Amino acid sequence: MSDVTQKAPKRSLFAPDARTQKRNRAEKRFQYYGMAAVGVGIFALIVLLTSILGSGLSSFRQTYISFPVDLLAERIDPEGNRNPAEMAAVTTFGYMPLLAMSFQAHLEAEGIEHEMGARELAAMLSDDAPAQIRDRVLANPDLVGTTIDVQILVGGRIDGFFKGRVTMASAERDRNVSPAQLVLAQVLADRGDVVTRFNWDFITAPDASGQRPEAAGLGVAIIGSFYMMLVVLALAPPIGVAASIYLEEFAAKNRFTDLIEVNISNLAAVPSIVFGILGLAVFINFMEFNQSSPLVGGLVLTLMTLPTIIITTRASLRAVPPSIRQAALGLGASRMQSVFHHVLPLAMPGILTGTIIGLAQALGETAPLLLIGMVAFVREYPDLMSTHSNSFPLMGDGATALPVQVYSWTQRADPAFVERASGAIIVLLVFLVVMNAIAILLRRRFERRW
Amino acid sequence: MSFANLSVSILALAAMSATGAFAQSRDNVQIAGSSTVLPYATIVAEAFGENFDFPTPVVESGGSSTGLRRFCEGVGENTIDIANSSRSIRPNEIEACAANGVTDIIEVRFGYDGIVFASDINGPNFAFTPSDWYLALASQLLVDGAMIDNPNTSWAQVNADLPDQAIAAFIPGTRHGTREVFEESVILQGCEDSGAHGAMIAMGMDEDAAEHACLEIRADGLSVDIDGDYTETLARINADANGIGVFGLSFYENNTDRLQVATINGVEPNVDTISTGDYPVSRPLYFYIKAAHLGVIPGLQEYASFFVSDDIAGDWGPLAAYGLVADPELASVQMIVADGILMGQ
Repeated sequence: MSDVTQKAPKRSLFAPDARTQKRNRAEKRFQYYGMAAVGVGIFALIVLLTSILGSGLSSFRQTYISFPVDLLAERIDPEGNRNPAEMAAVTTFGYMPLLAMSFQAHLEAEGIEHEMGARELAAMLSDDAPAQIRDRVLANPDLVGTTIDVQILVGGRIDGFFKGRVTMASAERDRNVSPAQLVLAQVLADRGDVVTRFNWDFITAPDASGQRPEAAGLGVAIIGSFYMMLVVLALAPPIGVAASIYLEEFAAKNRFTDLIEVNISNLAAVPSIVFGILGLAVFINFMEFNQSSPLVGGLVLTLMTLPTIIITTRASLRAVPPSIRQAALGLGASRMQSVFHHVLPLAMPGILTGTIIGLAQALGETAPLLLIGMVAFVREYPDLMSTHSNSFPLMGDGATALPVQVYSWTQRADPAFVERASGAIIVLLVFLVVMNAIAILLRRRFERRW
Repeated sequence: MSFANLSVSILALAAMSATGAFAQSRDNVQIAGSSTVLPYATIVAEAFGENFDFPTPVVESGGSSTGLRRFCEGVGENTIDIANSSRSIRPNEIEACAANGVTDIIEVRFGYDGIVFASDINGPNFAFTPSDWYLALASQLLVDGAMIDNPNTSWAQVNADLPDQAIAAFIPGTRHGTREVFEESVILQGCEDSGAHGAMIAMGMDEDAAEHACLEIRADGLSVDIDGDYTETLARINADANGIGVFGLSFYENNTDRLQVATINGVEPNVDTISTGDYPVSRPLYFYIKAAHLGVIPGLQEYASFFVSDDIAGDWGPLAAYGLVADPELASVQMIVADGILMGQ
């Protein structure tokens, strides 16, 4: 045995040879490429989120000022009858001087020094304030002649000062605000008369004109988006699922169904504005639904979402193994029973995921709404059942939508709307994240693997 | 399948409504048109909704031409009541209107809008004349009797009095009504002032060809057409400190902390110089009322009267505060609206 020389292998089996090393290196490299790709995505997301959150979070806070207002009877009820119909003749333009005078008197009574005239003081207050006071007085005419404590919005530039958007240096050059106004605002803030607090109105109030960025809100847009989602939810899943079940389970496979399949895939890739053109022609010009109404918007978005839902539904129906169908049929179920009792429940998570992704896509869509009049300035909250619609009453009132509001605000001249637009994006993102989270949750919870 | 039931009933209702009769009328005013007029129209709409029992009108943007095209689509509640426009209606648009039954139109000119040239606040100050702009932006210039490609790349080459800053102009795209005014009152005017127009005609060009040559804007990248809004022009200037952009006066007045305005012929643009006509580049703003809708759409007459009232469109109204130059003949405009005087009467 001793002469059997143990020939040691040239190399250890554990040490990889050159080719293996090369392959391992290639694998490592690929992993780095992959990590870099993910890193680019994460970096882009972080940049996007920081820029949006950085400029948008402040829109959820708004600056208010409190002071007592003398509701002088001779100014707002010249007839003296306390009759709201007569008092309505005094417009909001009659209330602004009232506010300015009260503000001036308040400063004087408190001994706060300033060197501004009534006009410059009035410019510190929001143009929205007179309307608020007027509504309050008209709702309760007994207030005339009394002094009420009010908390009203300050102008957009003063608000910007407390949010760091407006500085003394920029105010020097800005024609819409003066450093003296900012100094006074700071004095009032130190006294606690001017406060910056959470602003529910940003979520609930309607849009406002370019002169009042501080009063602009998302109320109408959120309701409009909600109505449109209702329409999409009521129409797209039933139509889409019915079409997919028929195509997948019942229809014969022939040229005709192939043609339909190609067309559906095509429709999914059609630019969304095409659906807007279709909606204008069919729903507004032919069926005479109201322009700007969420009903038309919802119908257009339904058309846009259908291909997505049909494609995902067919994929999830196909993923149910044929053995399930065969077992059901073997036990004597009809084809319809096998589909509705066995295949559809198993495909449901996939269908729901597809539906929610389709809805999320529809929620963020602007282009098709441009043509049906929803990219508009709308201040009236739309009723679910319109009482004064000329055509179909359900959702017949005009409305906008969340992405539309973002688009409109980015085009306004006043820089304060940049903050508003970013705030609207945050709200939209929250909705999208919630919807996508529900989609993932449903998939996790109900998905079955074979 | 309650979903299916619901959607079937909605579909059925939709089908019914498509064929049913519409007794009630739309109760809000529907407006569309110029993006320049949009801020003014929204200010009026907002105040109108606050002070009257009528609902706030719905105001869409989209451009003067789009607004007038939709205005001319016909008479009826599914068409708009008012078209906003930053230029007067064209004869072919009046014909298109008439072909669709929109024969009675009330033209309301409610004020003037100045067009200003503004640059980054930290850059040098500019004092332009129209011929500076023509010489800077023309595609070809007449030099020694021959048309050559525009050699100017800096403002100092155009006019020795101007700062030595590279030419980077951001002008409104052809989709905008502003472009028309820019071409008319700046480029063409400059072409005539600089003598180029006369020289071209002396060379044997006919009137149309000379005008065409005047208005040809250089395409070598020194002049950029902005098809978006003024916010895009502002963003371009923020990115390029050499940039000089064309803005509406109201937009500039909202951004005086970032922009400085150039004078034209030594006149600084503001509400006063524009209303007297000393500042040369301004244009009237209009809205057009469909007379057939008056008395049918509630609030339409009231909205129009409110728009041109002294409270709103006057010298001290909110529109002037936003940058509108009040119409000196507002009283006669108010009469046109009150009496419903149609165009051409």
